[in-house]
Amino acid sequence: MSVLKVTGLTKNFGGLSAVSNVNMEIEQGELIGLIGPNGAGKTTLFNLLTGVYEPSEGTIELNVDGKMISIEGKKPYVISTLGVSRTFQNIRLFKELTVLDNVRIGMHQSVKTSVIGSILRTPGFYREEKMLEEKAYELLKIVHLDEHAEDLAKNLPYGKQRRLEIARALATNPKILFLDEPAAGMNPQETAELTELIHELKEHFHLTIILIEHDMSLVMSICERIYVLDYGRLIAKGNPQQIKSNKRVIEAYLGEDASC
Amino acid sequence: MKNWMKKENLLWLGLIVLSYAVLNILISAGIINNVYKTVLMTIGINIILAISLNLIIGITGQFSLGHAGFMIIGAYSCGVMLKSFVSGVPGVFLGIIAGMVISAFVALVVAIPTLRLRGDYLAIATLGFGEIIRIVILNMKITNGAAGLILPKAVSWHMIFWAVVICTIVVVNFGRSAHGRACISVREDEIAAEAMGINTTQYKILAFVLGAMIASVAGALYAGAFYVIKPDMFTYSKSIDILVLVVFGGMGSITGSFISSTLVSLLNTVLQQFSSVRMIVYGLALVVIMVFRPSGLLGRKELTFSGLLKVLKKGKGAAQ
Repeated sequence: MSVLKVTGLTKNFGGLSAVSNVNMEIEQGELIGLIGPNGAGKTTLFNLLTGVYEPSEGTIELNVDGKMISIEGKKPYVISTLGVSRTFQNIRLFKELTVLDNVRIGMHQSVKTSVIGSILRTPGFYREEKMLEEKAYELLKIVHLDEHAEDLAKNLPYGKQRRLEIARALATNPKILFLDEPAAGMNPQETAELTELIHELKEHFHLTIILIEHDMSLVMSICERIYVLDYGRLIAKGNPQQIKSNKRVIEAYLGEDASC
Repeated sequence: MKNWMKKENLLWLGLIVLSYAVLNILISAGIINNVYKTVLMTIGINIILAISLNLIIGITGQFSLGHAGFMIIGAYSCGVMLKSFVSGVPGVFLGIIAGMVISAFVALVVAIPTLRLRGDYLAIATLGFGEIIRIVILNMKITNGAAGLILPKAVSWHMIFWAVVICTIVVVNFGRSAHGRACISVREDEIAAEAMGINTTQYKILAFVLGAMIASVAGALYAGAFYVIKPDMFTYSKSIDILVLVVFGGMGSITGSFISSTLVSLLNTVLQQFSSVRMIVYGLALVVIMVFRPSGLLGRKELTFSGLLKVLKKGKGAAQ
């Protein structure tokens, strides 16, 4: 059963085609890698899929409760409530807020207390706040950040900020998770820990994960299928073995010694 | 009920009752005479204005320069009510309610087109709308145009005191709820907030409307307390006065708004005797503060009893 189907997706910025005629079909529970040289349109593709940009052409269909719904042109917050969440390449945390609040904001869609109920501090408000806090702590425990709950997000070290972004994305209760360069700026050990975390999360939350990454050791070790973008076009797709030996990919991106 | 009876809340309740009692005693003992009572009422009204704008600028991060427009709606709703329909305290209450309803409606109309704009553009657009509201009132018959309204005194300092308490509770409770957090997330990073499922436009409008309603309460109290209201009291320079209170106290800090409203009102009163240099000293004071504390007196810090206890404990630990 496919969860996401992209047909003929194109995005033009003026005369430049950042993404052109991309077709993708992603199955439930897959772990997909999206690779390509800098400026190939990977992040633009993510932005199209999450509603930040409106596509110039093409359709994006999302499986919502067994029905395929087209989501192109919908606002990001609507797409988020349909079960799509993401992290950002250049970390976008709520820096002046605590780690706990960052995660609690991610849970906003499940909030039921009205504005008036919140101002009047009804019993329901306290119940819900308590529930949100407990859930947030659970999530923080999973990404090993629970002891930092009261710290400001901006004071976390870089690797932990990346993990917090993942926790915040999970707080929206997604079915599909987009990770934009989750290992950027991490040392090999942190990358190894992250690889393990991604595996754990996928099993624990039954997620479909699509990630952009330049760290080939990570991509080749965990991705089941890989899409390769170059100048906005898909130039290859397949499993890691096929991608490693694909001539066009080697030419455009991997280079000669891609045996790693 | 049990949730509400937390130590922190009880301490705040104690502080409110205590300050009310102390003010009452000081007034009845004649230590606070009528002049100081007027200052006290000005401080109260300024606090309400500052926290209402702080909700829009400090918490939600939307730069509005039209806040006097909502104050004037409150002032004239109450003024017209007192003059033409119901007098005395019931008139003030009805005036407050009418002002809140009208300003909520106007704020909604202003917000929907303007809150798509960001930063400077939003500031200019709200500035324009604030002036439009004033000019409409200037040209209406029921408001007596440029001559304004002369009103009987109908608002006592007791009313202002409790209005400050209620407005503060509303803003603080809102700020510390899921909805308040959503507003803060808009301030922190709109794109990320939107990706986390928060309807940022809706929250911007909500904060703007709520802030406008509270500002109209301040306007209504002003009309009932100070005898005269005229449209030229509520020009964009009044909006800037309110903005100064917010920036001076710290954008996002309600405690800061309290402190800045008190200090600025006192400073204005003291400087009234030296009217020729008043604006110079006032301006200099602002420049000095902005140079030395660019994020305002308190930045984003708030006074909380739990925080106070922590500081005290630390102090003790250091002393030992």
